[in-house]
Amino acid sequence: MDITRPIHIDYAQAVPATYYIDPDACLFLKHETCQICVPVCQSKAIDFSQKAEEKIYNVGAVIVSPGFGKISEEVLKQYGYGQHPDVVTSIEFERMTNASGPFQGELKCFNDGRHPKNLAFIQCVGSRDIGCDNGYCSGVCCMYAIKEAIVAKEHDPECEITIFYMDIRTQGKDFDQAKIKAENMGIKFVRAKVADVMNWGKQIKLTYSTMDGTHSFEPFDMVVLAVGLESPKDAKTIADIAGFELNQYDFCRTEEFDPLQTSKEGVFVVGAFQGPKDIPESVTQSSAAASLVSSLMKSKRGEGVILKEYPTEIPVGDDDEVRIGVFVCHCGINISSVVDVASVAKEAGKLGNVVYATESLYSCSQDAQEVLKERIKEHRLNRIVMTACSPRTHEPLFQETLKDAGLNRSLFEMVNIRDHCSWVHAQEPEAATAKSIDLVRMGVAKSRHNKPLLEQTVPVTKTALVLGGGLAGMTTALSIADQGYPVHLIERGATLGGNLANIKTTLRGESPAKLLKTLTAQIKKQKLVSVYLNSELETVSGFVGNFTSVIASGKTKKKKEVTIDHGVIVLATGGKEHRTKKFKLGTVKKVITQLELEAKLAGTGKNRAPDSVVMIQCAGSRGADLGYCSKVCCNQAVKNALKIKEINPESQVIVLYRDIRTYGFAEDQYKEAREKGVIFVPYKFAKKPKVLSGKTDVVEYFDPILQEQVTINPKLIVLSVGIVPEGTETLSKLLKAPVTADEFFLEAHVKLRPVELAVEGVYVCGLAHGPKPIDETIVQAQAAAAKASMPLVKGSAKVAPTVSVIDKETCIGCGICVSMCPYNAIKMLKIDKKRKAETVPASCKGCGICASRCPTFAIDMGGFTQDQVMAQIKAFGNIEEVV
Amino acid sequence: MGKAQNACAGSKSSEENRAGSVMVVGGGVAGIQTAMDLTDLGFYVYLVEKGPAIGGAMAQLDKTFPTNDCSL
Repeated sequence: MDITRPIHIDYAQAVPATYYIDPDACLFLKHETCQICVPVCQSKAIDFSQKAEEKIYNVGAVIVSPGFGKISEEVLKQYGYGQHPDVVTSIEFERMTNASGPFQGELKCFNDGRHPKNLAFIQCVGSRDIGCDNGYCSGVCCMYAIKEAIVAKEHDPECEITIFYMDIRTQGKDFDQAKIKAENMGIKFVRAKVADVMNWGKQIKLTYSTMDGTHSFEPFDMVVLAVGLESPKDAKTIADIAGFELNQYDFCRTEEFDPLQTSKEGVFVVGAFQGPKDIPESVTQSSAAASLVSSLMKSKRGEGVILKEYPTEIPVGDDDEVRIGVFVCHCGINISSVVDVASVAKEAGKLGNVVYATESLYSCSQDAQEVLKERIKEHRLNRIVMTACSPRTHEPLFQETLKDAGLNRSLFEMVNIRDHCSWVHAQEPEAATAKSIDLVRMGVAKSRHNKPLLEQTVPVTKTALVLGGGLAGMTTALSIADQGYPVHLIERGATLGGNLANIKTTLRGESPAKLLKTLTAQIKKQKLVSVYLNSELETVSGFVGNFTSVIASGKTKKKKEVTIDHGVIVLATGGKEHRTKKFKLGTVKKVITQLELEAKLAGTGKNRAPDSVVMIQCAGSRGADLGYCSKVCCNQAVKNALKIKEINPESQVIVLYRDIRTYGFAEDQYKEAREKGVIFVPYKFAKKPKVLSGKTDVVEYFDPILQEQVTINPKLIVLSVGIVPEGTETLSKLLKAPVTADEFFLEAHVKLRPVELAVEGVYVCGLAHGPKPIDETIVQAQAAAAKASMPLVKGSAKVAPTVSVIDKETCIGCGICVSMCPYNAIKMLKIDKKRKAETVPASCKGCGICASRCPTFAIDMGGFTQDQVMAQIKAFGNIEEVV
Repeated sequence: MGKAQNACAGSKSSEENRAGSVMVVGGGVAGIQTAMDLTDLGFYVYLVEKGPAIGGAMAQLDKTFPTNDCSL
């Protein structure tokens, strides 16, 4: 979209941040001329005589993660791409909204530079399209289109946005919330197939037809094509070299119950090449593959590793001069388009103890870390105030740089002027700049009191506790044991298997019963797994590496209690079918759930596949009872509908749905169901179907093609009721692990830490995390096993130094802190016959409740002491204080 | 990214038979995460990327849902 030079870095934060020569653009490599760069380069780094070398590495396993390919221009051309400059792909649009993009984040038309006032998204470009042999659903485009639409709306609230779609497939955890947000922002969703894209002067005219048969046309300033994910261009080459098979769409072929194993032993696949998927799923697969390799190669663990070494820490004492360095980040234009970064840096430079203040384009880039290290050395800085973005994502990176420079990481302070200033005050740049200056002054004031804090290391009990003996729990337990660590597997019920026992077959025709049998046999054989049936977690105490749990087994009368020491906990407590009270479930006999239908179809009953069946999707999910999408119901409905058709081809099966979410390769079965005569009728949330009882029990629904209410009297009414988590409330209290509004466990970071919880040493997988099908559960369970094994592998765990410190002199032993602490991290001691409180650093999460409640101010929080907070408040009032 | 990078630093040497080593082909978000997790589990990783920088498709993204975190 913009001109790049033949010699460049792709983007400022690139790793490695080394310039490279694009062989397709270089005049020497193409035409053997030029070579101007060679003498110009002062460090003589350009050497055209270098040739590609071949090297042989003998490795124990290979993981392929080549990503995905681009939809071909041929396909895009059908949508006017290349014929009008303002028909762009979603990737190009993503770059346009990006601060480091061709227009520095300004949204404008290529045609004449005007700001687009109306914008259309066309979904399913290159997906769900047999015309281009991509029959599958890419699964990510609906979500990213919604994200891009929201971002565009944030750029220009006046901009009218329409999304043309077939089904909105936001089946990911909490993704539906984003769709609702988009609707509330005024983004229009139109279920229509776009038939024609035509140049219309400066604009582009779209012709589309809706379900009711109307044809409409509408001009737009810009059209965004939501392009799907194709198999990578070199898929065949990679498969040939590595010797594994591809599927019909040239993605890597894997088995449903062994989703990351390619057809070649020792070669695993992760990411979009395994099947189109989004970031959290890719990240989960990555961890899962690491766990598979770790089991395979456990005998070689640790043999090849080189440990990173840090320089000795520079001592920073109370008497040393405070020398603060302030770094103000532009974040491309994320900050600098609103906040006057130069004047923030200038004002910072005037503050007491600040010996160095500067600006930087991207403080998080690799070369910026080098600069940071150099400046620390050059100016003998012993406090750093990074004025940039959120410490949640970037604090660890900068703290690592401090460690590399020999400074204690607690001497680092972060001021968030992106979220707190440029984002929220985008419309008032002057006020945003003034606020940034205030925040920096406060940060500097606090930083003066920053002291080096000791990072504690605690030994780890090399044993895991897994709660829940369903598919997720069994898989995790086996995977941790296969990696060489003992596991206690706790199951509330009398047998292992959980929901897996209720599922008769999968959409791809695999047998869950067989899987359960295999897993049960493996667990029996695996000596490192101890199974506790009819058992529940009674209490748990301790911290990462050192948990102690009491497990109660058996009935109340004959209850037996066992105490177990373990280093990590995996929560795999599962979920269950949601029993809705709507649609007369439980009162009318012919109203049943999909799971009940599945059991019926697997039996031998004569009328198990009657002549007419109506299925109602989202009977519990997406608003009716549950706020979320249960992800598996559409596949289950298609599976059961196909089964009915198989047993009784004459049967009339009607599926009433809101959006059919057969994402990924399941789209093939959806297509098959339609071809076999299953009738799919969409309904709107406001016009839900009803089950009415009179002489007979009928379903009434609005038919969008006939445009009228239709009444039908089927033999069976089948509800897709959705999934609810089980027991997460009790466990979340026991473990202090947060849950979402829907009571699923909340992961530490949705994208980057999808199986870890905020409480260290506690991991989650399976339905307890969110609704998901069998293959995704297996992967997530393997991923949780990888993460849970890490502390066990290391044998020690690091504890964050931001913990409470109790001054024994001032402590009066009242015990308020002990009763207030949500983590049982304070214990009472008797010292010289006096009661004194003491913190257990490894249990302390640094929440500060104890410090705020202490009547004698005896408690200070590491990194957030009374002095520091007071200094910050004083600095806000502009009272200059120099140490 | 630090760890994956460190584990890779030796890949220019002529070593061929390092015990406990694994190869990850593709340096997008999936490959990077795999490499980092493998190093945390005690293995040496060769991370192979065709392009001049790691990051893959994720590096092209502006903001990620739902936290608006920048993708880099």
